[in-house]
Amino acid sequence: MTTKTVADLSVAAGYSVKEHAAGHSASQEHEDHGHAAAISRTVDGFWLYIMTDCILFATVFTGFAVMSHRYAGGPTGKELFDLPYLFGETMFLLVSSVTYGFVVLAMNRMNKGGVVGWLMVTFLLGLGFISMEVNEFYHMVAAGNGPDRSGFLTGFFTLVGTHGAHVTLGLVWMATMIFMVMKKGLTPQNQSRLIRLSMFWHFLDVVWIGVFTIVYLRGVM
Amino acid sequence: MFGKLTLSAIPYHAPIIMGAVAFTMLGALIIAGLISYYGKWGYLWREWLTSVDHKKIGIMYIILAFVMLLRGISDAIMMRTQQAMSFGPDHGYLPPDHYQQIFSAHGTIMILFVAMPFIVGLMNVVVPLQIRARDVAFPFMNSLSFWLTVAGAMLIMVSLGVGDFSRAGWTGYPPLSGIHYSPGTGVDYWDWAIQLSGIGTLMTGINFTVTILRMRPPGMTLMKMPIFTWSVLCTAILIMLAFPPLTVTLAMLSLDRYLGMHFFTNTLGGDVMLYANLFWIWGHPEVYIVILPAFGVYSEVVATLCGKRLFGYTTMVWATAVITILSFSVWLHHFFTMGASSAVNSVFSITTMLIAIPTGVKIFNWLFTMYRGKVRFETPMLWTLAFLVLFPLGGMSGVMLALPGADFVLHNSEFLVAHFHNVLITGTLFGMFAGYSYWFPKAFGFGLDEKWGRRAFWAWIIGFVMAFAPLYVLGFLGMTRRLNHYTNPAWHPWLEIAFVGTMVVVLGIVFQIVQLVVSVRNRERTRDVTGDYWQNGRTLEWATASPAPFYNFATIDPVHEIDEFMYLKEKGIAYKEPKQYRDIHMPRNTPAGFVLGGLSFVLGFGLIWHIWWLVVLSALATLVTVIVRAMNDDVDYYVPAAEVQQIEEARFKQLKETDPLLSGQALQHTHTPVILVHEAQQS
Ligand code: HEM
Ligand SMILES: [Cu+2]
Repeated sequence: MTTKTVADLSVAAGYSVKEHAAGHSASQEHEDHGHAAAISRTVDGFWLYIMTDCILFATVFTGFAVMSHRYAGGPTGKELFDLPYLFGETMFLLVSSVTYGFVVLAMNRMNKGGVVGWLMVTFLLGLGFISMEVNEFYHMVAAGNGPDRSGFLTGFFTLVGTHGAHVTLGLVWMATMIFMVMKKGLTPQNQSRLIRLSMFWHFLDVVWIGVFTIVYLRGVM
Repeated sequence: MFGKLTLSAIPYHAPIIMGAVAFTMLGALIIAGLISYYGKWGYLWREWLTSVDHKKIGIMYIILAFVMLLRGISDAIMMRTQQAMSFGPDHGYLPPDHYQQIFSAHGTIMILFVAMPFIVGLMNVVVPLQIRARDVAFPFMNSLSFWLTVAGAMLIMVSLGVGDFSRAGWTGYPPLSGIHYSPGTGVDYWDWAIQLSGIGTLMTGINFTVTILRMRPPGMTLMKMPIFTWSVLCTAILIMLAFPPLTVTLAMLSLDRYLGMHFFTNTLGGDVMLYANLFWIWGHPEVYIVILPAFGVYSEVVATLCGKRLFGYTTMVWATAVITILSFSVWLHHFFTMGASSAVNSVFSITTMLIAIPTGVKIFNWLFTMYRGKVRFETPMLWTLAFLVLFPLGGMSGVMLALPGADFVLHNSEFLVAHFHNVLITGTLFGMFAGYSYWFPKAFGFGLDEKWGRRAFWAWIIGFVMAFAPLYVLGFLGMTRRLNHYTNPAWHPWLEIAFVGTMVVVLGIVFQIVQLVVSVRNRERTRDVTGDYWQNGRTLEWATASPAPFYNFATIDPVHEIDEFMYLKEKGIAYKEPKQYRDIHMPRNTPAGFVLGGLSFVLGFGLIWHIWWLVVLSALATLVTVIVRAMNDDVDYYVPAAEVQQIEEARFKQLKETDPLLSGQALQHTHTPVILVHEAQQS
């Protein structure tokens, strides 16, 4: 089996990453390209993690599906969801995926300033999404329609909340990355991390499209 | 300030529990005292607790498994004593409330903190060596997995003395495990203990999948992988598929309990069958997670100790893969009686019985490997033989339970208890014991004592049969599981036999401890100088020294055969010094795994007792630790070629001094002579 290099890993992740001439001496083992191989394995591992996270979401979706009509005399999705508001919320997340694309483009040009700038824009958009979600939750709970009201609301808060918790962790990660890129620059490790964060961020986007369709659109229909 | 935690959480008034607590603390104190006496804290910290070396992590996993086995067995003794006594007017010594906690703790511990750590431990010790890798793909994550498992185990141990444990069985079915019927903290201990160790296990699954798929040497195609590595690959994939649903299920139960949600409640739209389905979507694959690696061990042991290549390697691989896939299609057989239609039951009945086919293929493969082989009756082989005889009985009772009609009679009876102990003990546990005695010399450089090994073996076998065969009978006599007291006189003698059997098992465990002590004392006599302790090892773990140097192999050479080491010996090049040494890339040790494990324990404790400031604090500390660790780019280093050369040359010098034949003689008192492939060692 040939070991992949950093260049291959980027193909695997769908991006191109510039390898820094790490310059290992010839006596260092060639079977194992040291850091490069380790970084490429990390991306593979992250793909597998995303797969397990898919299963995690699938299970939460199942929970929601089972609960989706158990209103127990409480409000239904039709009464609760405000589609225009949610459309705005969705836009924040979708656009943040696009701006993360610019992070990666800037990274490929080894443009540190661009990376930091676009990361900040992405962060703010993500923050906007989460704030709108928290606001939505807050008003529902304040109106007595919290997760303890009915099976339906239990499933709703858990599914949307699980996605929101992921986004929040993504934001923490992004803030850390802004700091790390500013401090250490676009080292191969940081590039690898940026690519993994990118996979994570786009993944959450895809999941949100599922949430939006299944929870909100079907809910108001 | 301390949430639900008050001094009354400590069960002062329950002498049995306080005795157990005192006993446990005494044990911990003695160990701590010994470490201090020998001044080994620094060594322990530097070489073990912060280690990311897969071999050491593997050994620590197995130590954890043995410690928890002692706890699990203590619970078993208490239950067996209770059931032997509490007949008719006698109510025994355990009130129902305590008895329920004991069977819940016993089941949880045995599956999640004995079987799982033992398996993950063996995987760690063996897999990188079998595929000629330096370590696993993510050595730090490996250490984190281990410490999360320890954190879970510690939560269960703490539940002994602070508060109580779940009374809802190891399966924790709601609504019983819901806040309404279990308002205390017991279920939360159970929940968070599994949650923490489950996350650790999930990371292990990812880690070993990447290790096996990405770190094999050139030439080792998938169909040239050693069979144990194959079974670990399938197990790792099963873990990745099955553990996320467990995490979600337990989280849903927590949401019900902490935030008053209605996933599994009786009111406002909750659905207890959702729990049953989700739990067993993890639970059934889980039983294959604990059995497949054991099958892998038997395959290795049979081939080595019969001096033949494994019969039907390809069918073995396919059987393993088919089991992996089918294991996701049978979960409903755990609740045939809970309201599914007969059509649904039939489908799951058929899929369940289908699994017996690949398993049967495996059994025949092992038998044919032995056929015309030179069977050596050493301990690993003895466990394998016991497995080959006893496991099919457990499998057969499983096929009986797979018939919905029969299951309506046998469900939740002692017949079921007999069935799952029959497969878990003679399948998983014996497999782990076989692996333990088979690879012990590889891990430590000396062998386990055969005489005491045999004694332990016989005590376990006789004890097992006495303890569990009566349960099959009791099932037919109508005895249900989890009984604290009964009045049927027909049951009593069988339960007394089971009690005696359990005591014989305990004897077996005592013999195992003696075996360890004796083996350490006689270690010079069983020293493994060649690295090929069984003298006809076939796979690569036997090609390096015992114990293996920290970098495992000086050079990563291409692989030609499934039984590569045997191939090298036959060609006479197994012990050739490499022409040139290179720098080796290795991960650095780190305390981060240990620290994160400790923090997650505190986090779990805070959550269990609703000590919210502690939860926030430990969560923040966890986050900071993760970030600090992520900031650190200095996580690996290069071992200079000169240092590798020095270590390797010392080994080759020693190999030359000890003629391989003589090194065989040093082991004569334990080994039957075998056909050796000598030319190999001469060159
Ligand atoms: C010789 C050793 C063992 C003895 C004597 C023993 C004994 C028992 C007994 C008396 C029970 C309660 C049965 C009942 O409900 O009536 C039980 C339950 C159980 N045991 Fe064991 N056991 C042993 C080893 C193991 C091992 C090695 C495992 C798993 C690897 C295991 C897993 C379980 C499980 C999952 C339960 C069910 C707990 C529940 O009802 O929630 N046991 N055992
Ligand atoms: Cu099952």
